[in-house]
Amino acid sequence: MIPGILRKVALGAVVTAALASTAHASECIAPANPGGGWDFTCRTIGKIMHDIGAVDDPIQVTNMAGAGGGVAYAHVVNERGSDEDLIIAASSATATRLAQNAYGGATYDQVRFLGAIGADPGVIVVGKDSPFQSLTELMDAVKSDPQSVSFAGGSAVGGFDHLKVLMALRRSGFEDIRAVKYIGLDGGADAITQTIGGFTQAMTGDISEVIGFLKAGDIRVLASFTDERIPGFEDIPTAKEQGVDVVAVNWRGLYVPKDISEDAYRRWSDALAQVGDSPEWAAAMEANGLAPFNRVGDDFQSYVSDVILEVEALSREIGVIQ
Amino acid sequence: METLALLAQGFAVALTPKILMLAVAGCIIGTVVGALPGLGPTNGVAILIPLSFSFGLNATEALILMTSVYYGAMYGGRISSILLNIPGDEPALMTTLDGYPMAKAGRASDALVLSGVASFVGALLATIGLIILAPVLARIAFLFGPAEYFALYLLAFATLGGMASNNQAKAAIAACLGLGIAMIGLDNSTGLPRFTYGNLHLMDGIDFLVAIVGLFAVTEVFVFIESHGRDSAIGVKLEKLRIPVRDIMRSAMTMLRSSVVGFIAGVLPGAGASLGSFLAYVTEKGIVRDNSQFGSGDPRGVAAPEAGNNAAAGGALVPMLTLGVPGSGTTAVLLALLVTLNITPGPLLFQERPEVVWGLIAALLIANFVLLILNVPMVKLFVLLLSVPPRVLLPGVTMIAFVGIFSLSGSSFDLVLMIAFGVLGFFLRKLDVPTVPIILGILLGGEMEDSLRRAMVISSGDWRFLFSSGISTGLWIAAVVGFIAPMFVRNLLKKPQAITD
Repeated sequence: MIPGILRKVALGAVVTAALASTAHASECIAPANPGGGWDFTCRTIGKIMHDIGAVDDPIQVTNMAGAGGGVAYAHVVNERGSDEDLIIAASSATATRLAQNAYGGATYDQVRFLGAIGADPGVIVVGKDSPFQSLTELMDAVKSDPQSVSFAGGSAVGGFDHLKVLMALRRSGFEDIRAVKYIGLDGGADAITQTIGGFTQAMTGDISEVIGFLKAGDIRVLASFTDERIPGFEDIPTAKEQGVDVVAVNWRGLYVPKDISEDAYRRWSDALAQVGDSPEWAAAMEANGLAPFNRVGDDFQSYVSDVILEVEALSREIGVIQ
Repeated sequence: METLALLAQGFAVALTPKILMLAVAGCIIGTVVGALPGLGPTNGVAILIPLSFSFGLNATEALILMTSVYYGAMYGGRISSILLNIPGDEPALMTTLDGYPMAKAGRASDALVLSGVASFVGALLATIGLIILAPVLARIAFLFGPAEYFALYLLAFATLGGMASNNQAKAAIAACLGLGIAMIGLDNSTGLPRFTYGNLHLMDGIDFLVAIVGLFAVTEVFVFIESHGRDSAIGVKLEKLRIPVRDIMRSAMTMLRSSVVGFIAGVLPGAGASLGSFLAYVTEKGIVRDNSQFGSGDPRGVAAPEAGNNAAAGGALVPMLTLGVPGSGTTAVLLALLVTLNITPGPLLFQERPEVVWGLIAALLIANFVLLILNVPMVKLFVLLLSVPPRVLLPGVTMIAFVGIFSLSGSSFDLVLMIAFGVLGFFLRKLDVPTVPIILGILLGGEMEDSLRRAMVISSGDWRFLFSSGISTGLWIAAVVGFIAPMFVRNLLKKPQAITD
């Protein structure tokens, strides 16, 4: 009898100890359901961080979907403002929504952006039979008659896919951006289908969304919105080469709560930088169609605030925000 | 011949003990998930995705497990539709219309067996369609632009009156209510929030699962409490299981037709299985000669939506695999899984990763037979889940509904919303307003509006664009005929009974 009780007590102690140690493990919040880009960020970066020894314990992933990341953002700002064991997945969409006040009054300075270590480059795509051979030709067509060209994209009006086109037009000297025709569909593949079907003249999206169609020869990529040509797709010219100075990528990165100590911030940014330099991350990027994009720490914080200012100005102009 | 060789290769992938085990496990999980109100295929698959990562499954294995769950849920959804009058998931909505009246008339087991067989026929034909026609059918998506989609959804709403035949005005009011609810959230065409009152939780709009569980399950609880259990739907007894050969023979053509309708609806990216089961039901009701029993327990009214929604589930895999465009909510989750597993769906998937595609197709065929066994001879096991005494079952259903809805977004807001829908449903039932059109309004209304708005942007506001192609004009004609015809035909038919109980 007594040994039995002892065994139970011992078991209980082991279980409690196990629970106690997991309670201290760090957490990564993916502000969406499993399977999406933010979920990928948490799972992949979290796993590599632990695998290469940048953090001691495995990072636990929590999915907190809602309001395009707004629910998680409000949760972090209001309830976890000084939690040093917390990182949150973010992307260009996070910055866009903050700029457009889509998080119910929350602002970008209520958290600290940690860094981005990879990005899905933005592209402009036309069907294989399209008359447009270069980004310049497409931009000129819009300039001479905005009614003649419709763009399709995988995000709603005012989303990043829409704004990329507007930035490009603005930099090529077209000011009347409200006249640009854009339809927002559910995802990039849907937008490509509409473009191949001839319902819209061009598609704006990310390179990962178009790879399958590109290989099948259904589409032509007119330009990528990157500093350099995308590794593996060297025959696609950048927008810059064609005289349109726009860099618009869908970066994958993290933010942390605002009131954590400087030490904790540095610990996380070092860990993220280590992941960015690891061969494991290089492999994960290649598998998921991401291009290198390394901005960690203060450098990233200022990049994000620049983007937010530009998005805010554009959004105001097209009427997405008042 | 080449197809057969590839299929044989697929079976070589699928007929390993591990994969077979995953397929069977997936089928069982799927049927249970489908049968429990509040847990639909979409959140069933979403919840299981992390599991497949932690088991370290490779791409083919994970995909087979998930699609088995998906197919299983399509089968399972009908069980609670028939026995409880609560749809287990959104595509099973239409099955409540005739399935529950059949069960109430003491023919629950006939309804279960018949719908099991119909599900099998629908899923089998769709899988065969997927094998033979996938590359060709993928091209259909290129023919459907905003104008065509708008006409398609319009057709669905125009035929709504044919479904709720006791009081068209009340059905129309209910549909408008649904359309209104569909407008809540971020407007896709302007990027501005509508009717959200600054509430973050309303930005994504109202999830139709919240509405379904509220309007059906929670309402049922209120009715049960009010009547002290007398008028409630809960507690239908299941008699001895036998095969209703006559019903199956009689609805054989129904199953075939509904499978075709459902498959086509599934292939078109958009509403998927729900649109499939709905169109299958109204088409069948329009086609059969004597349709006076539809809505009050016609076996063909059970076979049609079940064949339709299972065929649509198979059809939805076509655009997902060949274009990377999800044809339904669940395929959207499956698509995300594929991308995470480093598989890029698209025009080249069939060439580049034949082992994945054909392994999946073979597994679907196997899963389908497993599901037939689970859902016909062994259906009692799943019925046991639901056939405990009402005073035990009802709190259980309520609890699962709460957990299922909470798992959608992890916010208590959805729970409050669900209860609000329950209260709404209770009063609507008192007023004899059917709730099915509300759900259809929420499910299809958003898509319909977006299509119209997109068409108007492309055409710079020229309404003639809506009739600019043969497909859209044909759909418009069908919609107008579908709307007007019942008004003239109705007088010739005996007035059917109410569809609400």
